[in-house]
Amino acid sequence: MSYVIQGETGDWEVVIGLEVHAQVISNAKLFSGAATAFGAEANTQVSFIDAGFPGMLPVINAMAVEQAVRTGLGLKARINKRSVFARKNYFYADLPQGYQISQYELPIVGLGTLILDMPDGSTREVGIERLHLEQDAGKSMHDQHPSKTFVDLNRSGVALMEIVSKPDMRTPEEAGAYLRKLRAILRYLGTCDGNMEEGSMRCDVNVSVRRPGEGFRTRCEIKNVNSVRFVMQAIEYEAKRHVEVYENGGKIEQETRLFDPGKGETRSLRNKENAHDYRYFPDPDLLPLEFDDAFVEKIRASLPELPDEKKQRFIADYGLSPYDATVLVFEKESADYFEKVAKGRDGKTAANWVTTNLFGALNKLGKGVTESPVSAEQLGALIDLINDGTLSGRLAKDVFEIMIETGDDPAKIVEERGMKQVTDTGAIEKAIDEVMAANMDKVEDIRAGKDKLLGWFTGQVMKATQGKANPQAVNDLLKKKILG
Amino acid sequence: MSLDNTTVRNIAFLARIDVPEAELPQLADQLSAILGFVEQLGEVDTTGVDPMTSVTDMALRWRDDVVTDGGIQQKVLANAPDAIEGFFTVPKVVE
Amino acid sequence: MTMTRLTDLTIAAARDGLKKGEFSARELTQAHIDAMAKHRDLNAYITETPDLALTQADAADAALKAGDAGAMAGIPIGMKDLFCTEGVLTTAASHILDGFKPQYESTVSANLKKAGAVTLGKTNLDEFAMGSSNETSYYGPVKNPWKRTGDTTDLVPGGSSGGSAAAVSGRLAMAATGTDTGGSIRQPAAFTGIVGLKPTYGRCSRWGVVAFASSLDQAGPMTRTVRDAAIMLGAMAGFDPKDSTSANIPVPDFEAALSGDVRGLKVGIPAEYRPEGLNAEIDAVWQKGIQMLKDAGATPVDISLPHTKYALPTYYIVAPAECSSNLARYDGVRFGLRVTEGVRSLDDMYMKTRGEGFGKEVRRRILIGTYALSAGYYDAYYLKAQKVRALIAQDFRKAFEVCDVILTPTAPSAAFELGAEIDDPITMYLNDVFTVPTSLAGLPGLSLPVDLSAEGLPLGLQLIGRPFDEETVLRVGDVMEKAAGFTAKPAIVEA
Repeated sequence: MSYVIQGETGDWEVVIGLEVHAQVISNAKLFSGAATAFGAEANTQVSFIDAGFPGMLPVINAMAVEQAVRTGLGLKARINKRSVFARKNYFYADLPQGYQISQYELPIVGLGTLILDMPDGSTREVGIERLHLEQDAGKSMHDQHPSKTFVDLNRSGVALMEIVSKPDMRTPEEAGAYLRKLRAILRYLGTCDGNMEEGSMRCDVNVSVRRPGEGFRTRCEIKNVNSVRFVMQAIEYEAKRHVEVYENGGKIEQETRLFDPGKGETRSLRNKENAHDYRYFPDPDLLPLEFDDAFVEKIRASLPELPDEKKQRFIADYGLSPYDATVLVFEKESADYFEKVAKGRDGKTAANWVTTNLFGALNKLGKGVTESPVSAEQLGALIDLINDGTLSGRLAKDVFEIMIETGDDPAKIVEERGMKQVTDTGAIEKAIDEVMAANMDKVEDIRAGKDKLLGWFTGQVMKATQGKANPQAVNDLLKKKILG
Repeated sequence: MSLDNTTVRNIAFLARIDVPEAELPQLADQLSAILGFVEQLGEVDTTGVDPMTSVTDMALRWRDDVVTDGGIQQKVLANAPDAIEGFFTVPKVVE
Repeated sequence: MTMTRLTDLTIAAARDGLKKGEFSARELTQAHIDAMAKHRDLNAYITETPDLALTQADAADAALKAGDAGAMAGIPIGMKDLFCTEGVLTTAASHILDGFKPQYESTVSANLKKAGAVTLGKTNLDEFAMGSSNETSYYGPVKNPWKRTGDTTDLVPGGSSGGSAAAVSGRLAMAATGTDTGGSIRQPAAFTGIVGLKPTYGRCSRWGVVAFASSLDQAGPMTRTVRDAAIMLGAMAGFDPKDSTSANIPVPDFEAALSGDVRGLKVGIPAEYRPEGLNAEIDAVWQKGIQMLKDAGATPVDISLPHTKYALPTYYIVAPAECSSNLARYDGVRFGLRVTEGVRSLDDMYMKTRGEGFGKEVRRRILIGTYALSAGYYDAYYLKAQKVRALIAQDFRKAFEVCDVILTPTAPSAAFELGAEIDDPITMYLNDVFTVPTSLAGLPGLSLPVDLSAEGLPLGLQLIGRPFDEETVLRVGDVMEKAAGFTAKPAIVEA
């Protein structure tokens, strides 16, 4: 896929790298025993450690280590059995220690890869540069008081994984696909809930442009973009800005920018944000973080099947198209749902019902697959009713709609509403005879070779039976009766 | 290494410590003297030496993922110079 | 028993007297409270807590009666004002901690409380423990109880645990806690004629102790005898899961290690601790110490610690770098001083609060540390220093292959006059030339008084041990203490 910005002086390519901050799923914080739950009253989930009181010391949460390793394995990345926590020093109202404990030179996870599934069914590989553990900051609220900023430290010290991609993406769509795929993997792994609205997954976007074939040019970092759509918009805007600056003979300064979703623009953070000198050094309150192969292997053994493997299996075992497989594995719950439906049934049929009918209905309802009024067992039973001839495809769709509305079992609906397909040839023959008798001219036309009219007869018979007749039986009988 | 007033002013800003202009020259002299003193480290051949990361030979201990702390809002805010409605406050920050 | 006698007791003697019911913890405590009131001019305490002390003393008396008294039951001590104490003003001798009353108790002070110790108050120190003379305290300098013979000039007690040292030496506390980052227990102990022990890094928890330099800070006892140091260390030490650098090893019975027998022990004498221009009196007391150990059956061994010369410059990168980061939390938001006058922005508030809140020495160290960690200088300063530090630690490891303990002077001089070195940072830093290498290597170091100078001031020697081998250090110290027979007291005590 090519995405080229056509400037006045020629074509420009966009270079994108993403830094994702993913909040680790854990009960307690990275270095303190305070809770991590979202939405608590201000400063109630704060220990003296999180508030940076004198003499307070960090002790690492085993779960954070485990989750980081699990995520690293999910990203097919190198796990560093020895890593070091470093302090990143800067002053800010919501950074009580005056430094953030992070990892700098020796992160817990090194090089990895992530496969993008593009909308056209193709795939692309993006390199993962590193993943490291760090503390989240607190929250500043600027709109509570005319002259003061309020600070809530509930989030201070919550474990984050910073996942840094290589500058391997070239289009806003790829950046979107990266975020969606990363989120899918994190959710499969159970290491982050991926909720961008609540801020448990946040994204910094690095954007630069260049002439095709050129080396990298200066990049700008757009901080804290909080939805996939905004990330894509921010990239588009920022790339165009760079092209304009270059084409007007200007220079891009390396800087941090903010995305304004209202205006669809990025703007410079002109204050001291840009004058940072973080003075990283190993945190003397902590020793190097070390673990052995056995620890890694134990986690590896507990890994779930991840989207890429699942997708390949769906293609191989169920004969699905790459597109259907991609759609189904995007959320683990959908994939599980599909597999329940497909069990002992035709995979493609099951996939069709899930991706088209079910997802369509859920979309309208604004519900996720876990909240579906129709269970996988019920959808399977519906398909069974088609297979055993109880329902025609058309009837089945009607039954499905009632299932979505009522949540009832398909058999119950068919029974109560008499929606059973008519396969009794006597009844069908009777209907055919009536239709033929009323339309003898058309019967003659068919016999004279106008085969296409057969379809019209089928329709009339179906009408006469309120759609309950088995269309195949109708067809067969019609041919026999008209053509002999 | 000799530090000039501008450098000292920049370091002081990085450390967020207000230094009166009048004190800069003496401070620059003192800091330069200290840096001059530590510069003898350059004499030591440290080729192939790993920097010390911890004085003890221990490995980092891990804590269980259990909530054992927090729920002490009043204690956390007890010493705050200007806490309002359960929040710490600072002069308004304009982003 | 007279008041003077009570304040003059050692922990060991007071423990026995309390057990036998010769006096009560309340009487013992009251005697110290009276002494504190009498000698406020020493400025040894920033905060006195007599009411709290008497309550604790009564509890100790009850425990003694009930027979479940801890190792320090009823022993009145001073608490260096670097330990956070619940509900009691904790200042680190800094303006920036104005009014700070921690809602938590440091592990070490909690351990001492648990052992039954009575806390008389919070002792003065150099601001944030940065200094070697106790002159950088926002609460004013501490005076050494000792004066030169026939001279009334005020002398410094050393630092940073100068208040603790003066209190113990002047009999305003039976013992006191100290903390040592580059010599802050040992140098003031030497200057005031008492015993000070910096344990192995990791022996005492750092949780709840206001941090100066995290990789160096270590709490320890300051007492009048080696035995007292052993008793008190036992009560202070112990594994603390809240401190990631706390050693998960059992605490031995330190007092039981005082066997009085050092026969066959190899005592390392490092050539590098006799630099050109070493004070002749210091050298003499060192030779005297060597002779004492020889007489007791130990064997002096010449050793070399080749990187000794670089310890101070290493320290003056590592410690300021860590302090620049550790002291970033004093920002006027959650505790302590906040300057609001003329403040228009968050940065304004930080600059003014920290500008006003920190004294000159603290400011110097923060700035040096900030510079040493800043972009482009990290490798040349901090990384280089940590490499040299590794070499210094290696020097000691090699030395301990041929000796069991190392004997050196504690400080290059006796106590000096107030104001003598305050404006010359580097001269001041040289006070720690013999104590800093031990700190950098994380080893236990004990200072004990051995003799008086010609001017009548105490001189100390330092014993350095293997990691977590405080027992040998204490055992040798005990033998030397007996041999030295140091019984001199500052004039104010005898008066």
